[in-house]
Amino acid sequence: MTTRGRVDGQATLMEDEFTSYYNRRILKPPAWREVNIGGYLYLGGLAGASSVFAAGGQLTGRPGLARAGKVAALTGISLSLVALVEDLGRPERFLNMLRTFKPTSPMNVGSWLLAAYTPLVGISMLTELTGRFPLAGRAACYGAAVIGPAITTYTAVLVSDTAVPAWHDGYREMPFLFAGSATATAAGAAMIATPPSENTPARRAAVFGTALELVAGRLMRRRLGMVAGSYERGRAGALLRAAEALAVAGAAGAVVAGRKRTLAVLSGAALMAASACVRLGVFSAGVASTQDPRYTVVPQRARVSAQAARPGGR
Amino acid sequence: MTMPPLPVVTRLPEVQEETGYTEHPPRMGFFTDTSVCIGCKACEVACKEWNQLPADGPFEFTGMSFDNTEQLSGSTWRHVAFIEQRKPVGKPAESGDQGAGDLRWLMASDVCKHCTDAACLNVCPTGSLFRTEFGTVVVQEDVCNGCGYCVSACPYGVIDKREDDGRVFKCTLCYDRLVDDLTPACAKACPTESIQYGPLDELLHRATARVERLHQDGVVDARLYGHDPADGVRGNGAFFLLLDEPEVYGLPPAPKDTTRDLPSMWRHAAVAAVTLACGVAAAFVIGPR
Repeated sequence: MTTRGRVDGQATLMEDEFTSYYNRRILKPPAWREVNIGGYLYLGGLAGASSVFAAGGQLTGRPGLARAGKVAALTGISLSLVALVEDLGRPERFLNMLRTFKPTSPMNVGSWLLAAYTPLVGISMLTELTGRFPLAGRAACYGAAVIGPAITTYTAVLVSDTAVPAWHDGYREMPFLFAGSATATAAGAAMIATPPSENTPARRAAVFGTALELVAGRLMRRRLGMVAGSYERGRAGALLRAAEALAVAGAAGAVVAGRKRTLAVLSGAALMAASACVRLGVFSAGVASTQDPRYTVVPQRARVSAQAARPGGR
Repeated sequence: MTMPPLPVVTRLPEVQEETGYTEHPPRMGFFTDTSVCIGCKACEVACKEWNQLPADGPFEFTGMSFDNTEQLSGSTWRHVAFIEQRKPVGKPAESGDQGAGDLRWLMASDVCKHCTDAACLNVCPTGSLFRTEFGTVVVQEDVCNGCGYCVSACPYGVIDKREDDGRVFKCTLCYDRLVDDLTPACAKACPTESIQYGPLDELLHRATARVERLHQDGVVDARLYGHDPADGVRGNGAFFLLLDEPEVYGLPPAPKDTTRDLPSMWRHAAVAAVTLACGVAAAFVIGPR
């Protein structure tokens, strides 16, 4: 029997030696609806990263950028909560998430994060609108910026902490992919809503976010080996190819936009669309990887062989 | 043909103590010996009857084999797989049976594995899934809010959501019968003792003896599945004797509790969050305004 010492990225060679029960899937596909949970991943990212822009704008005297960040954060987090609750089989039992604190459940931890983050975003927006309690408003804005980055990356843990091959096996790169995608979309939103005199940080961050997103995505697919097929074929493949093209176009636009308002708006829209395609693509790839038993059996067989080949291995 | 190594009799963890039970009955479970399964599906029927499970939707032929159930689901907690193979049937050397051909049927009754490290239980955000005093894993239907996280976490594809109901359902190992010292419905109905119920220690001894016996009889393919506390889920409360590789039966060859990687996942997410914060901060402070 030929065995290989390494599992990561080497499974392709064993693709043909694979048996299954009448080609039926082994895993259950996620019970989540794409528009809800794909949308939740996207909107949560938009909100979390926008809070960082809001704080940056506030701290550096860019009121337009601060306000844009606050609006994007509140809109994003409100819609994402709606999507999350709507996806529950029993929406009226949403608060059951908070009947316990359970660190082994990323969804439970996420609920607590959202419970801490959402009021801060709300207070920050409300004080901005009314002009009352400005000190509390500033504190809430900074508080949201501290929790915001966690809101963007905890969702990567949420999807990775599953048996879904395309999600679980990419758990090291997924948070960076989500962080990059969130930065790019929040930067895009800021470029759309902010006057050119204040959008320089957003345009710089757009380039940073896009680079992080593209590099993390590539590294993840390389690690996944044959499971990367679920990211390259079908609906997921189409979405992720569209995402790459839009992201590169948006980042390039951000670089050259300068004080040109129209170009900044167009680039911002491209970045936001790219990020949405990334989240929906990741979701689709996860579903596809559960539907084909190949993605369950081949990597697990490779793991067994690698273990058997190790000296003293079982 | 080389004989697979005989399983070493070990103990499956008394998981109740890890959960916090101080006094508890021994860990109970199933040993499903597929070598004597005749594919009658009495277990499927008994399970449906006792647990009052709804139908799986309009009946359809799968066209693949005698198996028209296909898989476990929210309303099917025992599933009999049926495999038709072109593979010589192992037989005793002196049986004198001239008619043995190269075709064989495999039948196996699948069920929730009641893992020692149960991913469904670990990821459940409401605490609806819990560990019973018997070491089994059960959904509290009055707590479940239908988030569906457990569905994606299960490495065996067992637990599932009932779309019309919104909540998730799976085998309870007949928790309601166990508390009254009764045998679970499937094991009670099994006419060949292919499904055996009892304390795991006892079942493990019986299973090991059975594999030895089968090997002596020339059935060298016989092996246990889910009995090993050193595997990716620290062993199953429902383990199996199989006559071929697990994937032939639709079982994952090396399942793993995803929660094992969770600390590393959180670390990566924390570094990524800091990366985001630093990247955006740099965009504010580096270069001209």
